[in-house]
Amino acid sequence: MRFKKELDYVHLSKYFYMFSIALTILGIVFLAIFNLNYSVDFKAGSNVDVSLTKNLTADQIRTAIGGIGTDHEPNVTIGTQRVTIRYDQELTSEQDAELKSAIAKLDDKASFEVNTVDTEMAKELARNAIYAVLISCLGIIVYVSIRFEWRFAIAAIVALVHDAFMVVAVFSIFRLEVDLTFIVAVLTIIGYSINDTIVIFDRIRENLRFGKQKNYDDLKNLVNKSVSQTIMRSLYTALTVFIAAFFLLVLGGESIKMFSLAMVIGLLFGAYSSIFIASPLWLLLKKGQKSKGKPAKA
Amino acid sequence: MKRLLSFIITVLVLAAVMAVSTPGLLDRVRLGLDLKGGFEILYQAQPSEQGQELTRASLLQTAASLEKRANVLGTSEPEVTTEGTDRIRLKIAGVTDEAEVRKKMKEPAVLTFRSAAPGDPEGTYSKIELVGSDFVENAATIGRDNLNQIEISIKVKDKQKFAEITKRLLGQKLAIFLDETPLSDPIVNAVLTDGTASISGNYTIESARELADTINLGALPLKLTEKYSQSVGATLGKQSLDQTVRAGLIGSVFILIFMIGMYRIPGLIASFALILHTWLLILVFVLADFPLTLPGIAAFILGIGMAVDANIITNERIREEMRSGKSIMSSVKAGSKSSFRTVMDSNITTIIVAAVMFGFGTGSVKGFALVLIVEILLSIFTNLYFARWLLNMLVKAGKLSKPKQFGVKESEISAL
Repeated sequence: MRFKKELDYVHLSKYFYMFSIALTILGIVFLAIFNLNYSVDFKAGSNVDVSLTKNLTADQIRTAIGGIGTDHEPNVTIGTQRVTIRYDQELTSEQDAELKSAIAKLDDKASFEVNTVDTEMAKELARNAIYAVLISCLGIIVYVSIRFEWRFAIAAIVALVHDAFMVVAVFSIFRLEVDLTFIVAVLTIIGYSINDTIVIFDRIRENLRFGKQKNYDDLKNLVNKSVSQTIMRSLYTALTVFIAAFFLLVLGGESIKMFSLAMVIGLLFGAYSSIFIASPLWLLLKKGQKSKGKPAKA
Repeated sequence: MKRLLSFIITVLVLAAVMAVSTPGLLDRVRLGLDLKGGFEILYQAQPSEQGQELTRASLLQTAASLEKRANVLGTSEPEVTTEGTDRIRLKIAGVTDEAEVRKKMKEPAVLTFRSAAPGDPEGTYSKIELVGSDFVENAATIGRDNLNQIEISIKVKDKQKFAEITKRLLGQKLAIFLDETPLSDPIVNAVLTDGTASISGNYTIESARELADTINLGALPLKLTEKYSQSVGATLGKQSLDQTVRAGLIGSVFILIFMIGMYRIPGLIASFALILHTWLLILVFVLADFPLTLPGIAAFILGIGMAVDANIITNERIREEMRSGKSIMSSVKAGSKSSFRTVMDSNITTIIVAAVMFGFGTGSVKGFALVLIVEILLSIFTNLYFARWLLNMLVKAGKLSKPKQFGVKESEISAL
């Protein structure tokens, strides 16, 4: 299972940059217009997830839970032997109990998961999530700058922010629900993406020690060589983690479905960005240094 | 020969230990509420009266009284922790009447001093003489009297009322209740007119301290509001557990097949290291008594994918060295050496992210991050050191002499 890997990755990256930039713009537009499809974790309210032993219709559910005295009509989503009911307001514990007994009348083996979050808490969760992402980035910049050099750190950060944003963009475009586990997924993707990038950078650093790179072409060849030396590992690792995330998505519990989906999307972007975003970007930054230090022999 | 023997013994002994202990270990893993059913509530505490301050002591007291109440309601292992300056997180499993428990929990703690009303049977008190708010906030302290006995000093707001009560109940018992639980029943020894009193009796330092804290809490009860709640039905929890564990098992089997198919003998070693890794992770969870949550299992499964990365990096490097024409022995040496740094760097950066998640996360995020951190640390040991040690033993024993055993074709090797 070997394929032709002596490709000009730096040259190819041009197309991938265009793709990423296009998707970024699309993502920004969607985020600006539609924002994200937040779950109760981030916008306050109650989410009721019911596992049933038979299939019920949305009307049956609506009629049954009509009497619990909420101001707003809930959003009812029907799945196979499963119902998700979402309220934009927080259910009190009395309403919560009434709702459960109303549905239990339809199906006495129904099992519930209820999440209720108040507005202030929702804001705090979102704020903490953003802090977590920023601090992770900062930690990585510091570590990579110490172990490597700042150019690697910048390139790595751009790649990981790219990965995180791509997942956010995809979730916004397809209106997928964003809950607390989504944040966990994004953070894991960041961790994984940096892991992937470091492996390639490590090889670039190693190759830098042998031979002198006099001009841009030498550096470009070095990047291409380093990427092709590590590409099998990148693909295999991406594949193994992908296998894990994929089975979680297909067979795992309902409440981590969105998490798994975010992971699967993020992993694909993570593998791709290390090769086509981070490495060429480092080359670009390094080129600046070379041309400043020594006038390039054009 | 000796090396081969120690290789075989190591593998067999570990395999036997794992096979024997796993069923017992699995039974002892503590499941989180999302997997076994139960509910979790995050409360924000506020003083019930305006303008009063929330102290650390009163928060801890409130948490302790929540725990007592949960125990009284017959729930199994309630878990109450304080968070930040004004929050209490409550976790209860196996509740039948959730609405009732939630209502009971939210009621402020009620402190009462009661006397026996006419007709009360011996030892019961039904007439409420004083309530929590009659006491001066945070004025209950412990000290020692002239006879060096431990005593609790209290202060009431209304001197006249207190004088009247002590006069009426002179020589009788004035029992102290928190909610419906009697805490102590001291006897009134004197008529007290200055609004202060000392309670003495057979107290130890701890019991006196506890009583003083309770009186202080009763004087300043906290109002609790639910900020966040999650309740999971037991059936739903079980369903999530089964589905996710099955997904994990199938995913892991595919990863093992991939590793063996791709890297042959080193792949087999990596697979063994991976199984050991999983076993150790379960062991750590049991020993440290960490609860396993649904996001935790997800981290667990993803971490398996990440753990084999160490083996993939190392084995790819070894194969690269072999293809360049080096002998197997020196390929393994060089490959292990140069891949070590890569693996460490990539793992440390992942730990940084996981540590931030642990620091900033609450609930499920914390659970996820914890698994990830433990898992990465373990994988450095199993999939880096241990797998390499096993491989070295086999190579030195001369059992790995063909490139085919590494999944490298003869035709790929370039002559030196």
